[in-house]
Formats: sequence, structure tokens, C-alpha cells
Amino acid sequence: MKKSILEQLNEARASRRGAVTVASEEEGVRQLLLEGEMPDDALGQAASKVLRAGKAGTADVDGEALFLNAYVPPVRFVVIGAVHISQALAPMARAAGYDLEIIDPRGAFATPDRFPDVTLHADWPQDVLSSRPLDAYTALAAITHDPKIDDPALIAALEANCFYIGALGSRKTHGRRIERLTDAGFGQAAIGRIDAPIGLDIGAANPQEIAVAVLAQMIAAFRKRGMESLV
Amino acid sequence: MVQDMSARSHDPLQAAEDWLADGRKVALATVIETWGSAPRPTGSHLAISEDGDFEGSVSGGCVEGAVVAEAIDVIETDRPRVLEFGVADETAWRVGLSCGGRIRVLVEPLG
Repeated sequence: MKKSILEQLNEARASRRGAVTVASEEEGVRQLLLEGEMPDDALGQAASKVLRAGKAGTADVDGEALFLNAYVPPVRFVVIGAVHISQALAPMARAAGYDLEIIDPRGAFATPDRFPDVTLHADWPQDVLSSRPLDAYTALAAITHDPKIDDPALIAALEANCFYIGALGSRKTHGRRIERLTDAGFGQAAIGRIDAPIGLDIGAANPQEIAVAVLAQMIAAFRKRGMESLV
Repeated sequence: MVQDMSARSHDPLQAAEDWLADGRKVALATVIETWGSAPRPTGSHLAISEDGDFEGSVSGGCVEGAVVAEAIDVIETDRPRVLEFGVADETAWRVGLSCGGRIRVLVEPLG
């Protein structure tokens, strides 16, 4: 692998951009493919596949056995709302291997006592997210029930193309949210990316079960991301 | 945040870049195939400097010593090679994987 490829790869990893290296056993790594710049050929398709799976593997491309290594940024899971559901969700997400952070400007909610060992930002989402922007490898769950807090975060998530965007609230609440987002200039397709009411439909009956439903929905969105582009 | 920093300081690819920047010669070992209960998945890296420093892993520690020795040779010859390790493969290699798995490792010069 050339030094320039190594440097580009490390730069992609530092900036949380997906990347795939292409290697042969004779030459080692000879090429770097970056997410969003995949060539429209057999190699590009094979590289996109390993990137989605997040798993390295050997692919036969035009009669040549190539080793494709996938570098997938670690998932960042941002939860808006230091509420009861988040208290259940934080340890569950950690157990499943996902780093979770909580943003809630209401200081009485976002306390270390209520959320031991969790990254907490007792500040407005737009302030926290301007210094730590969302990206395509971030999941966002907005669960404060307060449009003043949830809406700016949902807008930021739509603009950053987060792989998962969930919002708490009944269908009626979501109906009003759709009106606000439409007024803010978002089209039907963008708004349709929001999972609301939040969580897989498992008939969740309490905050703990809602947390399970949200976590499962987020994982499903991550593992199945980009599938639609295969069609 | 502290976790991020420690992960970064033990990052084989970052170590490799830093060593190259220091003017040291470097090889990179990558698990390219596994069978059975291999301890580290395909894609795992071990970076090795010409003076024998290393960062990362390609197994649970069973074969790293042998990979480092081969890597020094790869740095000298400046040509990639593929190593294969398995618990029963005593004819080819003295070291093996105690877990019973088998792995193939690509070792390539960097720079």
C-alpha cells in the first residue's frame, strides 16, 4: 500500500467517511474507494456490498480474486431527550455495542444521577450539533415530545442524511410535525425518512419496551442501509 | 471521548502512518481469510515497523510473533507475501492457533 493511500484512508476514517481498500495477494492494497464515489462497474458494486455489510471479504472481479476491506465508521447514536425511555435505552444500546449520547436542554432532566456513565449534553440540540455535526453514520431519536427541542434536531438529521431518524409521538402528533416540516421546506420523501411513531411495532407498553423497539429499529436501519440502492 | 483517544492511540493504521512520517519502514499484516473459530475477523490489521514495534492484532496473540518476524523480511524484500496459520499446520509453521481455527494473512510493505 502506498503511503498516499494510507493517508487518504486514515483521513476518511477520521472524518467518519466509509471506505474500501482493494488488494491482490501479489500487490497488496492498490486502490482506495470512498463512499459516495464508487465506480459504476463490477468493482464498485462489490465494494458497495462489503461497505454495507461492514465486513471484509474476497470478491471475484473480472476474473481476478480481490480482497476488499471495509472501513465503516462507528455508529453514533444521538438521543434527544433525557427522559424515562432514554434511561432504559442507554444501557441497552451499550450492551448491544452502540455508543449513545443524550441531548436535552432541560437541566433537571439531563443529570448524571439519572444517567450514570452516559455522555450528556444539557444544551439545545442546535448548539450541540453545530459543534458535533450529525452524519450518515449517525442515528437520531427525538423523544422529548416537545417540538421546540425535537424539531431542530430532526431538521439537522434530515439535512445530514442520518441513516436512522425516529420521532416519538402519536400519529396525530406526527401529523402536526409533518405540517411544520413541510412549512420548513421539506418534501414528502425527506419527511418520509422519519420513523414515527418511533420504534418497531411490538406493542411496547412501557418505557423499557419502547426502548427495545427503538433500539431494534435503529439496528435494522443500520444493517439494511443502502439496500434500496441495489434495486 | 477518552475512549476514542485510547482507541486511536492503539490504531494500527494510524501507527503505520506515524511510523512512516518518522522515516521508518513499515509493513502491514491483514487477515484476508478465516476458517473455523478464528480469533480476529477478516480485515483485522497488525502494523509492524522495521525495528520490530507493532500495533494491532491478527489473532489472539498466538501468531503475532511469527507475523512480526515475517514482516521484517517483507520490509527487506519489499514484496507482499501471504502467510497461513492453522493449529495442525506444524509442517509449515511452528506456531499455531490454539483455538483450532485457520487464518490467512497478507503481509505487505507500506510506502
